[in-house]
Amino acid sequence: MTKALEARDITAGYIPDLPILKDVSVTARTGQLTVIIGPNGAGKSTLIKAIAGLVPVSQGTVTLNGQTITNPRPDQMGRRGVAYVPQSDNIFRSLTVGQNLDLVLRHAGAEARDRRAALLTQFPALADKERDKAGSLSGGQRQFLAVAMALAIKPSVILMDEPSAGLSPKAAQEVLEHARALTRDGVTILLVEQNVKQALRLADHCYILADGQNQVDGPAQDLLTDPIVGQIYLGGKRVAPA
Amino acid sequence: MIQHLVDGVLVGSILSLGAIGLTLAMHMLRFANFSHAELLSIGAYAALVFDGLFAALYPLLATKIEPLSLTWALTLALLISMALTGASAVVIDRLIFRRVRAKGGELSMVFASFGVAMVLRNIIGLTFGLQSQLYSKDIVMALVLSRDPLLLIKPDQVFSLIAALAIMAILHLILSRTTFGYALKAVAENPNLAQVSGVNLNRMIVLIWIIGGGLAAAAGVFYGLSNQINPVLGRDLVLPIFAATIVGGIGSIYGAVLGGFLVGIASNIALVILPSGYSPAVPFLIILLVLLIRPTGLFGEERT
Repeated sequence: MTKALEARDITAGYIPDLPILKDVSVTARTGQLTVIIGPNGAGKSTLIKAIAGLVPVSQGTVTLNGQTITNPRPDQMGRRGVAYVPQSDNIFRSLTVGQNLDLVLRHAGAEARDRRAALLTQFPALADKERDKAGSLSGGQRQFLAVAMALAIKPSVILMDEPSAGLSPKAAQEVLEHARALTRDGVTILLVEQNVKQALRLADHCYILADGQNQVDGPAQDLLTDPIVGQIYLGGKRVAPA
Repeated sequence: MIQHLVDGVLVGSILSLGAIGLTLAMHMLRFANFSHAELLSIGAYAALVFDGLFAALYPLLATKIEPLSLTWALTLALLISMALTGASAVVIDRLIFRRVRAKGGELSMVFASFGVAMVLRNIIGLTFGLQSQLYSKDIVMALVLSRDPLLLIKPDQVFSLIAALAIMAILHLILSRTTFGYALKAVAENPNLAQVSGVNLNRMIVLIWIIGGGLAAAAGVFYGLSNQINPVLGRDLVLPIFAATIVGGIGSIYGAVLGGFLVGIASNIALVILPSGYSPAVPFLIILLVLLIRPTGLFGEERT
């Protein structure tokens, strides 16, 4: 499997002298679902944001299909084929569902119309609400709109920050299964998740972060059955570092 | 009474144009720009210069468009002034606001804007003198629409009102029908998400200043058509424009339009009850009332 996206030895944070991430490395392989898990404050979301260009990277490199893109301009990531779905506030509430899609499709030119129609067919729940303000959508519908906005740019890589946060277990399962289904079409997904067990069951590879550093990584199935990982990160109490 | 109402509507259209630009910049850049009204002065004086220039170069352009006192030269000058004022707003942002934005907080921006206002006002005063100037020295008779109650209206005022409404209608269409309009709303609501959705933030900031500056120039010229222009025009209008913005709710263009008319009408109607010396206090009172009763304004939303 080729590496679609690789972050190597990333040190990053909002304030220059206060790094949240220290030498973190993750790799998302082409067509795989890679998840990042870890306790609150581990730096999972910061890592995704650093890759997307929203948090400055002070050391380390991010490469996309072998090309270095460290500290990219966030508005150019879409053109490089990378979509980012933030955890919350991931749609524009003051715009209608249709306008949200039109906004992300505005650089798609002649193709915009077809892609818009395809997305509304793919997400029938959104088609019914096309003219409604996105702020009036339910949590699950918002997540689907956010995913639809990401898919609008035909991405080769999607970065997702806790897509199941705040959703009912059923809606969370649907969103994660949708992510899994996307990888079957060759899309690479790097996903941060709190729903650890659900995510591990669906994922190919998993990274565990804590305190802004890599802890463990491996095939998701192995981590799911690893007793020590299970005790520390999957429900058991976290052991305080000595 | 009815005369005051009509005058209020006319002043209101000018305030609305100023308030639209202010509310956009305040919402997107998150600072109260006290130098915004100086853009009206820049616009008014730029139009004065080009009006004189065109009239001197092509005397034919100096003919009036009957029944207005407005000449073809001034109409052309208005368009050029809108573009120039928009460009000035961008330059001011590059020179001052962008640098302060990168280093300081919101409060630094507010103080910087006071400084910018003072510098601009005095540059205009030094260049053009402190005396008031007129676009047209001809006396234009007001039309008597009614004698009892007495209602007078100048053709220029009607033109200003119609032109202001037309500009607002065009802006409305752009904002509600184009993806540029969506992008503008998107940046105002959530700048980070707008960026990852492919919106170039810096380009949007430039466009906001161009729109705000262009509208302010139009407001300045329309103000000059029915009044005089002088270097303290901005100082006199900054408060009513802020009142209009706050009444409408920061970030809401429709709120700014409505707020402009409300403040214009209220200030003029207040003249019926209050001695005219108190007139400048009315916008203050309106700001206080709105902040007490409905701090988000008529159409404002809570910040996320």
